[in-house]
Amino acid sequence: MLNAVVLIALTMLSVALLLNAWRLFRGPDATDRILALDTLYINAAAVIVLYGIHTGRSDFFEAALLIALLGFVSTMALAKFLLRGDIIE
Amino acid sequence: MMLHLVNLLTAILLLLGAGFALVGSIGLARLPDIFTRLHGPTKASTLGVGAILLASILFFSAREGLTLHEFLVSLFLFLSAPVSAHLIARAAIHRRCKSICGAPEDP
Repeated sequence: MLNAVVLIALTMLSVALLLNAWRLFRGPDATDRILALDTLYINAAAVIVLYGIHTGRSDFFEAALLIALLGFVSTMALAKFLLRGDIIE
Repeated sequence: MMLHLVNLLTAILLLLGAGFALVGSIGLARLPDIFTRLHGPTKASTLGVGAILLASILFFSAREGLTLHEFLVSLFLFLSAPVSAHLIARAAIHRRCKSICGAPEDP
């Protein structure tokens, strides 16, 4: 039962990732693209945790942590660049 | 018996989390302007990923003894999501993005 539920959840998250990618390509402004990229990072972390449950190995969470961290840093850098025209003043 | 209960709880949490993430992404794709789009994923995604991480904690704690390191990811996401949402909103105001409530005023 759990295996089927994991596959259903993976499908739902894949649809979510596709919707994010659509907004990433379409987004009228750069801020829309940054927001789509941020959501893409968070959903990718969720997909990796789900894959860890699917394979039954608990060492995938480090990859999820790393992706969440990189997503936050890159979102902050991009938003800062749009705000100031520079990242580190 | 105990493992069945844990599996059931894990399945419910997984469906809940994936559903929240999907709703947040639909909001990101469908809402009309950047300020309303910001509303969807920043709340729904953190809650969705939080539920999925809780499911992962349950799943691995029942099999390999108590493991809480997934809490690190959810703690980090709960701390960082408002900060990045705030910065994106400020950038959108700074760039005078179109809003459904008319032009944003000077901050």
